[in-house]
Amino acid sequence: MSASVAAEGSAGEKKSRPGRMLWSRAKAVLLALIVPLALLLGWHLAVKAGMTRLIPSPADVAKHMVDFAVGGIWDDAFSATLHIHLFASMTRVYGGFALAALVAVPLGLLIGRNEQVRALLDPFLQLMRPIPVTAWLPLSMILFGLGPRSAFFLVFLGAFYPILLNTVFGVRSVEKRLFEAASMLGCSGTAQFFRVVLPASLPSIFTGLRLGLGLAWFVIVVGEMTGVPQGLGAVIMDGRTLSRTELVICGMIVIGIAGFISDRIVVAIMNRLLRWSPSHHG
Amino acid sequence: MAELPILDLRHVGKVYELNDQRIEALRDANLVVEKGEFVCLIGASGCGKSTLLRIVAGFEPPSAGEALMWDKPIAGPAPNRGMVFQDYGLFPWLSVRQNIGFGPASRGLPKAELRKLVDRFVDMVGLTRFADAYPHQLSGGMKQRVAIARVLANDAEMVLMDEPFGALDAMTRERLQDELLDIWQRTKLTVLFVTHSIEEAIFLADRVVVMEPGPGRIASEHRIELPRPRDVSSPEFNAVRRDLSARLHSHHGKKAA
Repeated sequence: MSASVAAEGSAGEKKSRPGRMLWSRAKAVLLALIVPLALLLGWHLAVKAGMTRLIPSPADVAKHMVDFAVGGIWDDAFSATLHIHLFASMTRVYGGFALAALVAVPLGLLIGRNEQVRALLDPFLQLMRPIPVTAWLPLSMILFGLGPRSAFFLVFLGAFYPILLNTVFGVRSVEKRLFEAASMLGCSGTAQFFRVVLPASLPSIFTGLRLGLGLAWFVIVVGEMTGVPQGLGAVIMDGRTLSRTELVICGMIVIGIAGFISDRIVVAIMNRLLRWSPSHHG
Repeated sequence: MAELPILDLRHVGKVYELNDQRIEALRDANLVVEKGEFVCLIGASGCGKSTLLRIVAGFEPPSAGEALMWDKPIAGPAPNRGMVFQDYGLFPWLSVRQNIGFGPASRGLPKAELRKLVDRFVDMVGLTRFADAYPHQLSGGMKQRVAIARVLANDAEMVLMDEPFGALDAMTRERLQDELLDIWQRTKLTVLFVTHSIEEAIFLADRVVVMEPGPGRIASEHRIELPRPRDVSSPEFNAVRRDLSARLHSHHGKKAA
């Protein structure tokens, strides 16, 4: 029982030192800020030295960002419209992602569990997989018209494969031992699916959801090239047409931050649900 | 009339077909186990001891002969036979308490009853303080305690153990052996225990079944008459060990010759 005593000891130690935890967190944040800050400085110096006339300085971009967010500086078509564009993009990202998850998770469970379904669908899905989302753009505009439905579809496509493939992988890599254990304890058939397959493949499913959501933000710009008036992708495309590079950069930053925050949310949910898993220290 | 044995294996054989190869893992195994008996299967790797256990568990059907429990053919895994695996086979997403309650919960036991039942078995294996821990937070010995409690809580009549203490350090192993004997004596379970340690077999078993490889089969059976609790350092224990060891090696010698 010496191991158990040791385990308890370390748990107690962690709790009794909140100061230490706070410091290690602060250190992590500081460390993470070094590269972005250095990049920002390099950017600022490069612009100041006149190395480029097409890229605005960080300070310029910051000013535009404030105008974009709350207005009151230039009062043009883009002033104080951030929330509108962000909201439009978010509905497409989360909508497309939710639809992808709704289709890909059950389909992945089915493909992973059922030999026949796998034989029926796997070759087709693998054939479609290498086609990039961008290649679907023209076809999607024909099928769904110019507008948000096309964007929605492209986000769906982008998020679909990582969720599907990781779900299939999760289901197929459930240890055989666990099925034996469940069946000797009197749990078989459909019950086994819900009590063993689903929880055992949850870590992989979450990995897929995380990748899928990341890709959903990734393809939003392409998705919003389909002629939608609102959305962060639309802002970037407009900025490009109007040669307003600061607007393009603002759009990029907002996408980056929004994607980062939604990833953190997924990770937080994941760590909570997968407390039992040693690789998801929640 | 003699009482019906809990387990009756009649000419049980197992052949695996791997591509074009035919591997005979077990040939003509005959074994009768009475209720409440503690039987150890011992032998070198490839002697079919794990195969035999898996057939009794119902994980694999025999290719020849009959495996009967209470005179009825074994047709797949069932709660009356519980297996304790060397690699534990715990559900990593369930706490100690939930792992132990897995079987009864699957059968839809009401919450209050389930809780009482689980508490009893958590207590029996001495894990009350760790009842809400997850398997990855436990030591090997604690995991194996959970695996044993899980089978007991499911009301198994026969516990099948496949080298359950093989991965544990010597001290934990001795402790668990004592605990297992204690539980066995209190519950009057029937235990079929696979091991490759002669000492472990003599320490635990009423009867030791020696198996030999190529193809796997039962070579001999030995009743261990030593009184319990057994002392592994006593001269009597050593005598039995020497005798059994000689027999194990004579089987192997015969094979080599």
